[in-house]
Amino acid sequence: MSLFSFARIKAVALKEFVQMRRDRTTFAMMVGVPIMQLILFGFAINSDPRHLPTALIDRDHSSFSRSIVAAAENSTFMNITYRPATDVEAESLIREGKVSFIFIIPENFGRDLVRGDRPQLLLVADATDPSASSGAVNSMEKIVQSGLSRDLSGSLSGLAPLPPPVDVVLHKRYNPAGLTQYNIIPGLLGIIIAMTMTMITAVAITREKERGTMENLLAMPIKPFEMMVGKVSPYIIIGYVQTAVFIITAELIFTIPMAGSYAMLIGAVSIYIVVNLLIGFLFSSIAKTQMQALQMTFFLLLPQILLSGFLFPFLGMPKWAQYIGEALPATHFMRLMRGIMLKGADSGDLYASFWPLWVIIFVVSIVAMFRYERTLD
Amino acid sequence: MNDPEMVIDVQGLTKIFGDKTVVDHFDLKVPKGAVYGFLGPNGSGKTTTIRMVCGLLVPNAGSGTALGFDVVKDSSEIKKRVGYMTQKFSLWEDLTIRENLDFVARMYKVENRKKKVDDALEDLGLSARSHQLAGSLSGGWKQRLALAACMLHDPELLLLDEPTAGVDPKARREFWDTIHMLSDRGVTILVSTHYMDEAVQCDYIAYIAYGKKLIDAPSDELVDRVGIHTWRVEGKGLKALSNKLKGIDGVDDVARFGTALHVTGSDKESLKKAIEPYFDDPLLDWKERNPGLEEAFIHLMTGSEDNFQ
Ligand SMILES: Nc1ncnc2c1ncn2[C@@H]1O[C@H](COP(=O)(O)OP(=O)(O)OP(=O)(O)O)[C@@H](O)[C@H]1O
Ligand SMILES: [Mg+2]
Repeated sequence: MSLFSFARIKAVALKEFVQMRRDRTTFAMMVGVPIMQLILFGFAINSDPRHLPTALIDRDHSSFSRSIVAAAENSTFMNITYRPATDVEAESLIREGKVSFIFIIPENFGRDLVRGDRPQLLLVADATDPSASSGAVNSMEKIVQSGLSRDLSGSLSGLAPLPPPVDVVLHKRYNPAGLTQYNIIPGLLGIIIAMTMTMITAVAITREKERGTMENLLAMPIKPFEMMVGKVSPYIIIGYVQTAVFIITAELIFTIPMAGSYAMLIGAVSIYIVVNLLIGFLFSSIAKTQMQALQMTFFLLLPQILLSGFLFPFLGMPKWAQYIGEALPATHFMRLMRGIMLKGADSGDLYASFWPLWVIIFVVSIVAMFRYERTLD
Repeated sequence: MNDPEMVIDVQGLTKIFGDKTVVDHFDLKVPKGAVYGFLGPNGSGKTTTIRMVCGLLVPNAGSGTALGFDVVKDSSEIKKRVGYMTQKFSLWEDLTIRENLDFVARMYKVENRKKKVDDALEDLGLSARSHQLAGSLSGGWKQRLALAACMLHDPELLLLDEPTAGVDPKARREFWDTIHMLSDRGVTILVSTHYMDEAVQCDYIAYIAYGKKLIDAPSDELVDRVGIHTWRVEGKGLKALSNKLKGIDGVDDVARFGTALHVTGSDKESLKKAIEPYFDDPLLDWKERNPGLEEAFIHLMTGSEDNFQ
């Protein structure tokens, strides 16, 4: 008597293979996921952030300040994207997350430089994401060096040698100690909600399809909208519980800051929970099986982790990756959370991150109701 | 075009899955209060037709009304007024018996919901077990629960897809008593079945094979319309006789019924000619008899297979 039958093993393997081949979605995912990951990690992700948007306030207007600005624009580290007229304007840019830095060249910078007084260059960094601001001083000194190398040649060359002729002063905003958990924790909530909330409703319809109860539901006089709201709403409560547990635990272990209002926080979390539940419902109405619906959930989760600014500075990614990121709910939620918890941003500042979530809710609901099949065809 | 007296009135219903025409130009008229039996072999398109009538499938061609509403455009109105019992159990196995009934009642906005559900449980005899999960019921009890569920909202039309499959004889009899009582009250019932004893209880019978309706008649006229003749033979050596008779000209079908054989043919004379040689056999006892529904259906099925191939 043999221990096992090769013929039977072969039979099972063949059956699995045939079944796998019939399940196109799974097959597509198997091929699609590695390609997507490779592209995202290879091209979009940059642990050495580049071209960070910067607001420039030049109070000097000397040839020296112009040289430094020119060098800054030529550098790969920063891009001068705004030239605000006032400090207030610059402050709101950094609070809304439109720039990573405010670069201030003080009055009489040129004069002091020539005198050899080592004038200060002020760099105000949005330190909510420490990885973006960590290399700032170093990079700034290089920019200054390259910018002034020509101006300080000739008669002024005596000023060129070390120590550097200017003093770069870095002010870290919102997270002065540069703690990574300040950045990670608000973001992590976004990823957790995206994962669990989407998954929970992704099987809402496919489960009925798989168990055969869908035929009964479809024979009943229920409208797609009623089905959607009915399927999604119970899980909002689960989302709140999850958020509460998360915040309390984070507070106990790490003491996270809460610069803004709790009302705002609840508002942001609520919208974001609904967004993710609806996305799950959409997947459920597209997928044929629970397995497919879960695969779709993970397929979306990957870019939400990589391109939302959760792990890597959003503004340091290439433009195309930023465009994809703008379409992801997690991106906007990250901004809301960092804005509220770290920057104490008000509703005006956060408006730019709130409306995209509303748009996503609207679009996803419409598509889901359109895709929801009223018949068994 | 549509007769107002007809609760179901559809013409030319056609359903194509892929390249297979599963239901082919199906016409059906069901008058109010009738019990309409829907018969046909496995895979003949009964379930598909019922699904088209209640708006669960969109027909590729054809049109018609159910309860006066267009089966394609007004399916949401039809759904409110129809009780549909699926062939496969489609209630929620992870809900209790009561929770299932309660959910269904809510979906149809049944008034006095609690009382209705209590009454249904009482009628079923499941009051004591109402907190048991539906998934833990036996197959026959699941059928009975599903039937109760689809009648909760007092539908004007019942579409029952093999409601008594796997149900014991006593429960089946009770079920048919309920059907006749509802029909007396004016509820129209379309019921598919594979049981002959149920078919004879229907007012009308439609027989479908390979997606085509072969016949449609009041149940007492159906056999006459099919036009077959049957001889019953009892005795010894029936097995050998059956083998000899099968395939002879004039004999369409030879079937065993208990201790007897029923020999059926569509032409009276050629059937007699075919069996005459055996009349003298002392071991056999021949009698002409009225053909039954079963012979009629087997005859129809054999004929349609020939058409189909
Ligand atoms: N969703 C579908 N896709 C493809 N073919 C289908 C589908 N549903 C049914 N069919 C086919 O349509 C034909 C008729 O099926 P249907 O379920 O209507 O038969 P039925 O008369 O109810 O049979 P039974 O007595 O076994 O319940 C079958 O051949 C079946 O394979
Ligand atoms: Mg069927």
